[in-house]
Parts: sequence; C-alpha cells; structure tokens
Amino acid sequence: MASLTDYGPAMEIQWCPGCGNFGILTAMRRALVALGLEPHQVLMVSGIGQAGKFPHYLHSHVFNGLHGRTLPVATAAKIANHELTVIAVGGDGDGYGEGGNHFINAMTRNVNFTYMVHNNQVYALTKGQASPTSDPGFVTKTTPEGAWAPLRPLALAVACDCSFVARSFSADIDHLANIIQLGIQHKGFAFIEVLQPCVSFNHVNTYEWYQKRVYKLEKDYDPTNRVAAFSKALEWGERIPLGVVYRNDRPVYEEQLGALRTSPLVKQGLDPQQFEELLEELTVQPLKPHR
Amino acid sequence: MPAEINLMVGGEAGQGVQTIGFILAKTLSRAGLFVFADQDYESRIRGGHNFYRVRASDSEVQALTEEMDILIAIDQNTIEFHHSEIREQGVIIFDQDKVRAEGKKANLLGIPLERLSQEKTSNKLMANSVAIGAAIAVGGYEFALLEQTLKEHFAHLGKDIIDGNVKAARAGYDHARQQSPGLVRPRIKALNQATDMMLLNGNESLALGAMAAGCKFMAGYPMTPTTSIIEYMADKGRKFNIVVIQPEDEIAAINMAVGAGFAGVRAMTATSGDGFALMTEGYGLAGMTETPVVIVLGQRSGPAVGLPTRTEQGELGFAIYGGSGEFPRAVLAPCTIEDAFHTAVRAFNLAEKYQIPVVILTDEYLATSYQTVKKFDLSQVKIDRGQLISDEEASRLNGYKRHQFTESGISPRLMPMRGKALVVTDSDEHDETGHTIDDAVMRNRMMLKRLKKSDGLNSEFAKPRLYLKPDAEMTLVGWGSSFGAINEAAQMVEKEGLRVNVMQFNEIWPFPAQAVTSALSSTKRSVVIENNATGQLRRLIRAETGILASGGILKFDGRPFSPKQIATQLSKEAA
Repeated sequence: MASLTDYGPAMEIQWCPGCGNFGILTAMRRALVALGLEPHQVLMVSGIGQAGKFPHYLHSHVFNGLHGRTLPVATAAKIANHELTVIAVGGDGDGYGEGGNHFINAMTRNVNFTYMVHNNQVYALTKGQASPTSDPGFVTKTTPEGAWAPLRPLALAVACDCSFVARSFSADIDHLANIIQLGIQHKGFAFIEVLQPCVSFNHVNTYEWYQKRVYKLEKDYDPTNRVAAFSKALEWGERIPLGVVYRNDRPVYEEQLGALRTSPLVKQGLDPQQFEELLEELTVQPLKPHR
Repeated sequence: MPAEINLMVGGEAGQGVQTIGFILAKTLSRAGLFVFADQDYESRIRGGHNFYRVRASDSEVQALTEEMDILIAIDQNTIEFHHSEIREQGVIIFDQDKVRAEGKKANLLGIPLERLSQEKTSNKLMANSVAIGAAIAVGGYEFALLEQTLKEHFAHLGKDIIDGNVKAARAGYDHARQQSPGLVRPRIKALNQATDMMLLNGNESLALGAMAAGCKFMAGYPMTPTTSIIEYMADKGRKFNIVVIQPEDEIAAINMAVGAGFAGVRAMTATSGDGFALMTEGYGLAGMTETPVVIVLGQRSGPAVGLPTRTEQGELGFAIYGGSGEFPRAVLAPCTIEDAFHTAVRAFNLAEKYQIPVVILTDEYLATSYQTVKKFDLSQVKIDRGQLISDEEASRLNGYKRHQFTESGISPRLMPMRGKALVVTDSDEHDETGHTIDDAVMRNRMMLKRLKKSDGLNSEFAKPRLYLKPDAEMTLVGWGSSFGAINEAAQMVEKEGLRVNVMQFNEIWPFPAQAVTSALSSTKRSVVIENNATGQLRRLIRAETGILASGGILKFDGRPFSPKQIATQLSKEAA
C-alpha cells in the first residue's frame, strides 16, 4: 500500500507561499492513497501554467506537455494503455482558453480519465492577465478597462453531457480529496473544477471572497437531473455551489473499441505477416486465355 | 520501344469518371500489363471537369503520359479540353445523343450509351459500363477480362447490379466491334502471364506499410490528400486491433499520437500542409520529449487552402525547419507507390530507434495515383523498436531516468507501468529524470544529447538513388514523387543524344551532404526538378554542400510533371 510519503514531492515546489495549489496537492495525495493506487499505476498529464507544474510535485508517471494540449495526450495515453489511471491537470487559461476545443471534445468523447482544472480566474505564470473565467470588470495589464464576459465551465460541461461534473475549493481539503476520489472512481470523463485563490495576481477572488460564497450542495440534490444541473452550473456570484453538480453513466469511448477487448494496446504483439490478406485483396488475378 | 496503350476518361464530378478509370486500370492489369493511372479532380462533389488517365505497358511504367489512344468523353467539355491529346489513329468514344464531336481530328466512335443501357438493362445509369465495354473492344481485348473485373468491382452491390453492368458492358463491346470493326486494333496485347502484382495507390501502399510496421494508433483529421489513409486504416485496421480516431483538429491529432507514443505504442497521424502547420507545436513536443511519432505530410498546392485537390512539393523546407527551436527529426520522401510501403516501415523503425518525430512527405499525385507493383513480401518487414526496455529488465530497474545521458544520445525507453519505475518527461527543458530545469549547464548538455541523435541517424541514412551513365553531361536531381517522370524524361533525352545521370532523394533529412557532393561533382551541370515555385531542394543542396546547381525546372500549377514536359525543358537547357 502506498503512503502519503510515497507521493512526496519529486522536486522543489516553485509555487508562491500561500498558493491555493498546495491544498490541491495535499488533497490529490490523500485521494490517491485512499484509493490504494501506487505511483506507478498513475499517469499525470499537464500542460503549461502554474497548475501545469503540479505533476512534478508528486511521484507518478509524468507527461508535462504543451499549453492547452493536456487532454489529447491524456486521451491517447489512456487508449494506448487503459490499465493506467490517467489524471490530467491544468489551469483555467490552459483548459478553458488555449485548450477549449479539446475540453469540449474530451467531454463529448467520454474517455475514462479525470481532468482537474485549477481555476484561479487569472493567468499567474505570465504574471497577471485576464483569464476566460475572470469576473467582468476584473482589471489586469491586458484588460485595463476590465475583463469582459466570463465562461461558465460547469454549464459548458453539462451542455456537453460530460459524464461527471464537480466543483471543489482548494481550502477545503477534505471535500476536495473526496471529490477527486469520486472523479477517479467514476467510469468516464470526470471534470473537476477547483476554486484556487491566487495570492499574487488576483486580489479580488481571495480566500475570503470564496469562503463567503461557497456552499455544499444539499444532501437531496439530484446530480442526474441534467436540466436542474444546468441551472446549478450557472450559479455564480453571491453563492457558488460545491460538490458533484452532474453525472451520468454514458458509454465509455474506449469500451466500444474492439481493439482493446483482449488486452491493452501496449501489450499486443506486432506481426507483419498477418496483413497478407490485405495484400491479397489488392492483388490482380490474371485471366488465363481460354483458347 | 515498349508497347503501350493509353486511355483517358473525362466528365463532371459525380458522373463516375473515377469508377470508369479504375475499372479500366484493373482490367488492363488483369491482362498482365504494367499499369500507371492518375487522376485529376476538382474540390467539388458535382459538376466541373475531372479526368482519369490509364497507361498500360508491357514494361514497368511509373509516370503519366499526355498522349491518348482512347478518350472516353462523358461530357462535351472532355472533348473540347482533351481532343488535342489524342494520338494519330486514336479514338474518341462518346454518347452520340449527348455529345458532339464533329470535326475533331480523331476517329469518332459515337455510341448511344444511355439508350443501349436502357435497352439492355432497363436502366440508363449503366451507360458508363457500355462505354467501358466499347473501350475494351477498341483496345482489342477479350470481353472475359472486363467481365471478371466488373463482377469483382460490383460484388458488394448484389447480383442485379453485377448482371446489369456486365450486360451493359457487353452491349458496348459488341456495338463497337460491329459498328466500327476498323477501329478495333490491339495496341498492345494482353500478356496473360501469371503475375504476383497488386494494383494500389500511394495512400494504400503507405497505410499497408504503417500497419505492417505495427502501428497501433492513428489519429487523423480528414484533409485531402491523406484522408484515404485514415479511412483505409479505420476500415481494415479494426480486424487487426488498430485504433483509428478522428479528433477535433490536427493539434489534437499530433498530441494524441504523441500521447500514444509515450504510453508505448507505435503511433501516427496524417495530414496536409495546413494541418501540419497546426501540428508544428506538437512536432517540437515530440522532439523535446523524445517521443517516437510518424507524421504523414501529403503535400498539396499551398499556401493556405491553395488548390485543395492538386499536387505540389512545397513543404520540404517546412518539414525540415518547421517547429520552434531546434530538435532532431527525419524527413523521408517516397519516390514511388511501392516506396511508400517501405518508407512507412522505415519511418516507424527510425522514430523508435532515435525517439524522434519522422515526417513522410508525399503529395496528392503520389497519394492518388495507382500502379501495378509486385506484391510486398511481408517476411521482409523487420520491426526494430530500438532501445525499448523489456518487461524483464523493467522489473529489475532500480530508478529510471527517461532522458539519461548516453554516448549516442539515445536513452533507453521505458513504457509506463512496465515495472514500478516512473517515466517522467517534460516539454520544458528538463534534466535526465525528466523534471523541469532552468540552469545553463544542464540546458546545454540536454540540447547536445538530443542533437547527437542526428549523427547516428545520418550515418545510417540511405544515399539518394543514383543512376549514373558514363560520360553523362548533366545530372537530373529530384525528390519524392517526381521520380517516375524524371527517370522517363532521362530516357527520352538520351534518345536525342543527351546523356544524363539521375539522382533522386528518398531519405532527405538529415541531409546526406557527402553523397550529394560526390554525385554532383561527376557532371558539369545539374538541374534540380521540383514541383514548387522557389526551388526548395536546389536551395537546400546549396545550403548543405555549397554547390549551386546550374539549373532548375519548376512547376507549381498544381499538376504533376509529365516525362515529356521535363524532356522538352531539358532539351532547351542543353541547347
């Protein structure tokens, strides 16, 4: 059984003191240990941004790729070896901005892996520009007149019939660890948005700001009701819901692939000779003269 | 002089030009002839003007020709556009009720195609088979040849369709023989020899090579001219446990191929120039993370959307230099349809051995042209996965560095979840463990480690194909799909007394500078022949060897070279 120390940081952590990412890291470690997963069973995929550094700070397989491109890499790695537990991690700029098209298509495709977005409503790695989720009027160096119109990622997710849609808060580690566990256990694409205060570049959406607004979904909330989930997903401002907002049990993409039925792709042998029948199909059958 | 017969069929998109052309190509290859067929089509589903050319010979043919013996005109435009390409004693076959051909310098064989079809099969839609029957009669071939081809071609459509088409074709065949016996004249006899030949196009050849090489994962966004690679692999690959996925865009396609490659399977993508433009970021990612991936770049006329269904060799520089920063890569350019198969196998082996992205540069012409080639010998396909750590070795690993420094620059590669060691890689500059770094010394070492792989690659790279003649006055230089046309042009000018060498590149990057320098110093003059406007290979040769070729023949109108066009230009150069 893996312990928390098995997931200990693989290198020096470079986030600012007080960064919301620390809470997320702790919650992730706890979730992985609670699920009995060992580091070598887990592949973490990330892109670029402060959240993109996340996989380097715990022991697992790591593919830290390009800005916005986490989901295609994670999708294919899972299809190539579906025995891996694949977790993609990124920020709001990476996932909702640069990678928006991949986000939509990963949700509709429904490959079985978890995608966690650290949403701090600002670009932090590039030192404080507006993000797709910045609140209207949020003044930054690139938006001196204030940010314009925010994306509501959870509403987008429900619209795409994403099979697991949840939100948590980096300061509530117990809640977040539980949500991550549920996401990993969910069969299908699990999208988890984590509200994450940025202590350096977002002085509006602070710990206090979030703490005043977040609330946990009521016990009797039914996450399988898509229409109700859509309106819950739109809730933002004075009250911000946390918890599993929506889920369904849609078929999983890779489960309909005949190629994966016998064993993971990576374990299948390669045999050039088996393609002889395709050559036969293209072979010209000459006609003998009948005289 | 080898004997040959050349046929063309022309009409609007949607009129069955491609089907007629393919059936003719198949029928003649069934006759034991060597066949080369190319097609010319517009980016539309209906209307416009498309044509299909079939060239059949008693010896190997690898290029198109512009002189026709038989022209099947499905519409009026075909006659207007192509009557001048008919050879002396050539024949135009057309529907006398719909198309006018009076006054054209050719033998006219007007047949009521639709009426005959209606009469014999109660369906005027089989008029095309009537025309095919007439063409086969004029060529002097037995009907049985065609009958078998039709049965095969329409097999999936059921008995009524098969019987109808055979009847219609028979009607055309008999009509031509009875009405114009004088036009029935064998240009080249069926050889009817037992052969072991396949008739296939460049994309099929390449896809077969990829599958035989063990490609397990293909992510491709449809784009002319490589769409049929994706489709062929999706269709045929299912049975062989090959996953083909159509992603949201080319950016996803290359990143998926990289993700699958990292996880441990042979992975590829296929696209054209603009799709590759979207992929260049992922191209660099493969270079930086040392992930094997194969990218098929089927060139078409650019820039931007260009001429979407036309050919060009405009992306040599793009493949060699594309991407941010500097990283090792291999660029291969198959010269023939047969080559496409072997090049695909080679690409996967190089990609895994050197842990790099490998680009296969094809083009619309190579992708869609058909040729008879000797059946591939699958026992000769060797899969070399390079320094891939075995399960047994993996279980004994005590710690693992994905980007370990080695003499060759190649680090032993571990698949995630083989053993307990962790596989870490990063698009940021990293150290041997794969974790992010920022220091200058490690940066230098890691850059040099990656670039070192080019040395090994270079040392095992094939030299350009060389066809040397003693006392040659000139060397013709080309790359990729122009090989057939250049080679035939060389034979043409030789008949006029101009002796030339031919040097054709298949494995083009890393550049085989030494071999090129020695080949080019054997003649005073060299002419670089390319399907582009700026002479990309000519400039590359100069950059890599310091040699400025004395001449260049360029063509960038979206159409492939014909041997005759090249020969005519060469005679001017020589004069």
